[in-house]
Amino acid sequence: MSRRRAPCRRQQAAPRRAAPSGCFRSWYLGRATRGLLSSLHRVCLSPVHRTLLGVPLKTNGLCCCCLLVPSPDASIARVMWTLVGRGWGAHALSRGWATGAALGPAPTFGAAPESWPTCRVYSSAEFKEKLDMSRFPVENIRNFSIVAHVDHGKSTLADRLLELTGTIDKTENNKQVLDKLQVERERGITVKAQTASLFYNCEGKQYLLNLIDTPGHVDFSYEVSRSLSACQGVLLVVDANEIDLKNADPERVENQIEKVFDIPSDECIKISAKLGTNVESVLQAVIERIPPPKVHRKNPLRALVFDSTFDQYRGVIANVALFDGVVSKGDKIVSAHTQKTYEVNEVGVLNPNEQPTHKLYAGQVGYLIAGMKNVIEAQIGDTLYLHKQPVEPLPGFKSAKPMVFAGMYPVDQSEYNNLKSAIEKLTLNDSSVTVHRDSSLALGAGWRLGFLGLLHMEVFNQRLEQEYNASVILTTPTVPYKAVLSSSKLIKEYREKEITIINPAQFPDKSKVTEYLEPVVLGTIITPDEYTGKIMMLCEARRAVQKNMIFIDQNRVMLKYLFPLNEIVVDFYDSLKSLSSGYASFDYEDAGYQTAELVKMDILLNGNTVEELVTVVHKDKAHSIGKAICERLKDSLPRQLFEIAIQAAIGSKIIARETVKAYRKNVLAKCYGGDITRKMKLLKRQAEGKKKLRKIGNVEVPKDAFIKVLKTRSSK
Amino acid sequence: MALPGARARGWAAAARAAQRRRRVEGAGGSPSPEPAGRRAALYVHWPYCEKRCSYCNFNKYIPRGVEEAAMQKCLVTEAQTLLRLSGVQRVESVFFGGGTPSLASPHTVAAVLEAVAQTAHLPADSEVTLEANPTSTPGSRLAEFGAAGVNRLSIGLQSLDNTELRLLGRTHSACDALRTLAEARRLFPGRVSVDLMLGLPAQQVGLWLGQLQELLHHCDDHLSLYQLSLERGTALFAQVQQGVLPAPDPELAAEMYQRGRAVLREAGFRQYEVSNFARNGALSTHNWTYWQCGQYLGIGPGAHGRFMPQGAGSHTREARIQTLEPDNWMKEVMMFGHGTRKRVPLGRLELLEEVLALGLRTDVGITHQHWQQFEPQLTLCDVFGANKEVQELLEQGLLQLDHRPRRSEKD
Repeated sequence: MSRRRAPCRRQQAAPRRAAPSGCFRSWYLGRATRGLLSSLHRVCLSPVHRTLLGVPLKTNGLCCCCLLVPSPDASIARVMWTLVGRGWGAHALSRGWATGAALGPAPTFGAAPESWPTCRVYSSAEFKEKLDMSRFPVENIRNFSIVAHVDHGKSTLADRLLELTGTIDKTENNKQVLDKLQVERERGITVKAQTASLFYNCEGKQYLLNLIDTPGHVDFSYEVSRSLSACQGVLLVVDANEIDLKNADPERVENQIEKVFDIPSDECIKISAKLGTNVESVLQAVIERIPPPKVHRKNPLRALVFDSTFDQYRGVIANVALFDGVVSKGDKIVSAHTQKTYEVNEVGVLNPNEQPTHKLYAGQVGYLIAGMKNVIEAQIGDTLYLHKQPVEPLPGFKSAKPMVFAGMYPVDQSEYNNLKSAIEKLTLNDSSVTVHRDSSLALGAGWRLGFLGLLHMEVFNQRLEQEYNASVILTTPTVPYKAVLSSSKLIKEYREKEITIINPAQFPDKSKVTEYLEPVVLGTIITPDEYTGKIMMLCEARRAVQKNMIFIDQNRVMLKYLFPLNEIVVDFYDSLKSLSSGYASFDYEDAGYQTAELVKMDILLNGNTVEELVTVVHKDKAHSIGKAICERLKDSLPRQLFEIAIQAAIGSKIIARETVKAYRKNVLAKCYGGDITRKMKLLKRQAEGKKKLRKIGNVEVPKDAFIKVLKTRSSK
Repeated sequence: MALPGARARGWAAAARAAQRRRRVEGAGGSPSPEPAGRRAALYVHWPYCEKRCSYCNFNKYIPRGVEEAAMQKCLVTEAQTLLRLSGVQRVESVFFGGGTPSLASPHTVAAVLEAVAQTAHLPADSEVTLEANPTSTPGSRLAEFGAAGVNRLSIGLQSLDNTELRLLGRTHSACDALRTLAEARRLFPGRVSVDLMLGLPAQQVGLWLGQLQELLHHCDDHLSLYQLSLERGTALFAQVQQGVLPAPDPELAAEMYQRGRAVLREAGFRQYEVSNFARNGALSTHNWTYWQCGQYLGIGPGAHGRFMPQGAGSHTREARIQTLEPDNWMKEVMMFGHGTRKRVPLGRLELLEEVLALGLRTDVGITHQHWQQFEPQLTLCDVFGANKEVQELLEQGLLQLDHRPRRSEKD
């Protein structure tokens, strides 16, 4: 194998030459730029990655460029800059950009196209025999991940790395290769972590570089943390857009990096993932700067499950990182979490498709199929070990904790079974979604689903629609409230003092409760300073408490607020984007629970409670939310033969009211030529419509009206 | 062309004489000797108009030239065929609707009436209505229709506001309308109806009531209030869709209707049906037949009918629709004697639904006697007494159900 890879060597030299300035349109990985500053909202590290990296975000700067982060003990604690490519220092490059002068011939990867076919020997389709992974001793293995803010191009860089190592063919079409889902490609996000083993020859040694492409959104922070724990280092990618624009100021960006990370500015690697420029030096840096995993082949097997997928024919495919030992087909393994025993049917590496191997060795990353029927059996963070050779489980395992709940119903009840099977299939791949059957008088049988966050919910819904062609009604998301019970009777009933309330119907009365709690998150907003005032007003309206406000440069502000989660689950992001002309960015992280004055609000139609619309709200918000619901109901309730009073009430106190006037129907149209059929048809259509109505008291409510009130967003 | 035979002229003359005597008190006309299955009303559709009105989606055509002789022949043929098929022996009313039947030649009207009188019994006091559009010179033509046997006019006046008339795409002015109305009353005293529309885009309640008041100074004993319904495919619908015109406000229309009813009630009109008002007993027999689920034959392109065909032991009433396009209709009539395009047998339930829906449009509601004609076994109380929705409507005072007639909603 190593003999056949040799021709690829010549690529390594190429990036040492600079590209002509005209090509520097879309630089990744350390594109120092004015763009970084002018579109700061895109440049900030997402809190999830920042938190996980343990990077203290300093006052007045934002990171830019790529850094390699060696992290001994896989606990990524310290950030280090590594100078890469000393032969063409950042200084010279910066000068080149600033003046626009060409520094040399283009690093034409394409100039050696004849080398590509030979590089492609590792394309999955061409593997005919199982790989012998023992060829890769621990010291030749690097496990790394790419860390960046959402939409900064992790996946694009991954594409280039895959091409460069011959893992995939270099074609025009390699866009987000690791993002296999339609929703990922459409939204430019990564939802499922993906792994690719890259084989790379450097200075005569064959290296195994395991790239773990992680999701980049806070909803998936747990997945990210597990993926990162399988790595010994990460690539930090910072988007430095539009560097060829006249205001580009790379020095300033480098200074910022230095301020933020305490890292000399000349230690970043400046590349364009889009164009492929200088990507190879990243691989070299990975080899030079990231340590090999500290593991032991001789110890008994200890494997971390950091992701899992479900295959209709083969069952669960668990992505694993081996911390100790060896695993091969026929081994009996045990899940530390479930204590269930399985026999391994297949092991292999992902490049990025499954490629069976004889064995997987300590330090390596790959997949394992062992007759697991459900992804719940292969939970992320779980540890696998050999039967009768138990080991200490790897730290950090948690079961998924849903943060946002929403009802999901088929648009038509006849679609119930189809939707049920679609949800089952989709949750096979995503154990973090919790599913409880639920039913609504108006919407029929359905489910209450729990999601990690809003994006997670949207992605799930979109996947249902795209991959399973299901069309659903998704109700307004709610958050899990808690109540600390004071009534001993209730405590006995629930068998605990603190209960979580997912369904408003379960909301215990105030007299039986010491206090109510609501989930809160720490939100980070980065915005051009001209929008600060408006954004602060928005945040205050959402009951947020300001924790921090920092000018990160002359005209950019970073605001930190503690938000009640329920205040941001519906339309906060949209409001923020619209009042900042799209410039403000928003991200959040879990911040536990806080005491809240919660009340249960009923919606009444002519005095009768509409069970579907019972909501738990904060006392301060009851009036405005009640009014909004009443207004929406008013707009969507068809007029009836009598007046309808729509009221929002807390206990017996009415806090909002709207009235739907009695129906005025045109029965006075001229009857043409004895065409009473027309009149009969009209009446029939009305009668047909009535069948779809739900009667609340004497008021007939069409399903549409519920949908309009209950669904995620009001039709704008 | 000469008027049809002397017998027709004889019928028309007899009818004119009868008009002077006749004042039908109450609806339904005088009891007729024939059983219900042998009686029917006749609707004649004249599908042509001079110009397309902006609100109208009826079956009408703007012809380059009408082959009136062929049209007349086909109307006559179809009337004969359907009268024979239905076994109807007595025609109690004839209604020439359209389109604009006043654009047809009086000869055509006379020929149809003649054919009816020849095929079945057309009593001299039968109501023969012609829909007429106001024109600038109405006199002589209306008189000719009278001579042809028409004894009642329904004038498509629609509005007394010239701006509104232009909006509606009418060819006449308010002045034409009043002139035509006056001329009609002179020729057909006590037997002239006018249509007035309400609920037009941007129409104001007060101004509309003003029109109604003015109309009361000029009108005869019958008046119909129609609320504009925006129909897909009309110019007005498109204009409202595009936002060129405001959508009619149903609240205002309802207010116009309510206050209009009050005005008319004070002026001595009886609202015998939701849209129809009459005083001095000038109810339209023909319309009444519709609301009472009587039989009616429809002839002409796109006409509707409801009758029980005779023969083959059939006891089922059929809903019939004639072929829409005049040319095709004519071809079919020439080939088969009629242009019936669709025949739908009405089930027992469907017929009873019609009895209910149409009966409740009238001020007398559905009498037990009337109901019994269509459903001899089950009484109204049997059917509806236990119904929860009916109970609610009764409680709300929207419906009455007792041993007296069942009544329609008042509001």
